[in-house]
Amino acid sequence: MSANGWATLVIFLPPALLLFTVFVALPMAEAAWYSFYNWNGYGRPERFIGLKNYGYLIGNATFNRALINNALIIVVSLLVQLPLALGVALMVAGRIAGAAWFRTIFFLPYVLADVAAGLIWHFMFDGGYGLPSIITSALGLQPYYLLADKNWAFSAVLIVILWKYFGFHMMLYVAGLQGIDKSLLEAAEMDGASSFQRFWHITLPLLGPMIRLSVFFSVVGALQLFDIIVPLTGGGPFETTNTMVSYLYYFGITRMRVGFGSAAGVALFIICVTFAFGYRRLFMRDD
Amino acid sequence: MGETSYAIPESAAAAHEPSGRQPRGFGSIAIFAALVVLAGVVLVPILATAVNGFKELGDLESSPFSLPHVWVWRNYWEILTGYRYWQVLGNSLLIALLTVALTLALSSMAAFTFAHLRFFGDKFLLNYLQLGLLFPVATAILPLFIKIRDLGLLDSYWGIVLPQVAFSLAMGVLLLRNAFKQLPGELLDAAMMDGCGYFSYFFYVTLPLSGPILSTVAVISFVGSWNGYLLPLVVLNSESRYPWTLGLMAYQGQYSTAWQLVLAFITLTILPAILMFLFAQRYIVAGLTAGAVKG
Repeated sequence: MSANGWATLVIFLPPALLLFTVFVALPMAEAAWYSFYNWNGYGRPERFIGLKNYGYLIGNATFNRALINNALIIVVSLLVQLPLALGVALMVAGRIAGAAWFRTIFFLPYVLADVAAGLIWHFMFDGGYGLPSIITSALGLQPYYLLADKNWAFSAVLIVILWKYFGFHMMLYVAGLQGIDKSLLEAAEMDGASSFQRFWHITLPLLGPMIRLSVFFSVVGALQLFDIIVPLTGGGPFETTNTMVSYLYYFGITRMRVGFGSAAGVALFIICVTFAFGYRRLFMRDD
Repeated sequence: MGETSYAIPESAAAAHEPSGRQPRGFGSIAIFAALVVLAGVVLVPILATAVNGFKELGDLESSPFSLPHVWVWRNYWEILTGYRYWQVLGNSLLIALLTVALTLALSSMAAFTFAHLRFFGDKFLLNYLQLGLLFPVATAILPLFIKIRDLGLLDSYWGIVLPQVAFSLAMGVLLLRNAFKQLPGELLDAAMMDGCGYFSYFFYVTLPLSGPILSTVAVISFVGSWNGYLLPLVVLNSESRYPWTLGLMAYQGQYSTAWQLVLAFITLTILPAILMFLFAQRYIVAGLTAGAVKG
């Protein structure tokens, strides 16, 4: 490489590498290190406790509930959100009147911050003013506070996620649909294929890469969900609506239990990385 | 996925369905009706938020989903004439602009070296940076907090900006490197023959030719920073430095019983994002979805 090339390299690359190392790579490595200590963040971590943080995490009902909640988000994202997004994409990719407007409206919640979305829905679910009050006051019942119902509060979180994110997935599918060669569909139609057959045998397989991508984002997004929880439920009632990240926040950060919080972070890291690698290897090889 | 590109919808006219697949008559009306209902479901929470900000509390309590009996402009007016609203928006804007500028600068320079220079360990370093795509900020947030504290950056804008940039670098480098590599190689050869160095090539050829992908990276990092919550929550103490996401939560904490004020505050704080989205929709949708697809 020329002197000019070396000079470029020495000036262009180190800033990015340095920043990445200091604020991404090192903290992740340190999380693994701190997770073996009982440490409140002051002085140096000295009270080595081995795997106790992890042991506590595994046996902890609130953390397990958070894991289940994350899994629930994934299930609902895949079984409800993706079919909905795909269905709507099929409707608005065509020449239906106002298609562009509908796409804009459905995408709109995605550009709002999760915090704002969570707070808006905190109001919507309020037993005194919100949606439940329409039904309860019409029937003359006591106000119903969904967000305070430990059996059903998490469904509120799921509804907000659906509301906020289906438009993003719809837009991915719209993009995918527009990349499909229309002559294939026309040829199939001339051969007498019904519209369902055309969808099932042509559109759906050709959307494969986009569907795999959409699944990937659903899962990754579900695993890191946090911002919606705080304004909506704050993890309550009775710690039934935490996700892994909100658990890490409420039980690690706010109490400055650095070792324990780091262990939760490492658990999340392992889940994310295992998923990302496994998924790419299994499903996204050819994309 | 690296090289795939999909057409991103820009307008209704961009969608061409074969004539036979156009829904007609009843089917088309049913679809339209379904879309109208769905659009209503999507819009009602936002509209209810905005409209209820114009009510007295009593009016809000008795009829939360109707127009105000009396339009109360005072709620909005007091927020708009107060210091707080402008301060949180200003903080968010400053943090987001610094994040975007640094992300563009650092990731385009790094992407340029990965695209054009062969050196020992280049593959390894590229993969190293790509690790950032695999896990969210939250996984390392506690050690990150300790690091920011030890660097003396707690309660400062840089304590938010630098980690945000660091976490956007993986995305930025990946998108930009792929784009830089797709610029015709003859350009570089010709420039080198004419005695143009890499620096001039970067500033006079690569960057000017990469507008769309740079704007994609800018949109992604701007939206991420503007909407960011966890990092400022952990880093900041002083309300005077709060971005709007934290400011909104603080406001809600203070006026939690006065929903009409909280709803007015929400409306005003999400307004910039909504306006930006409506005016620059093409770029934002293309940026957020294309970024996802290519990333």
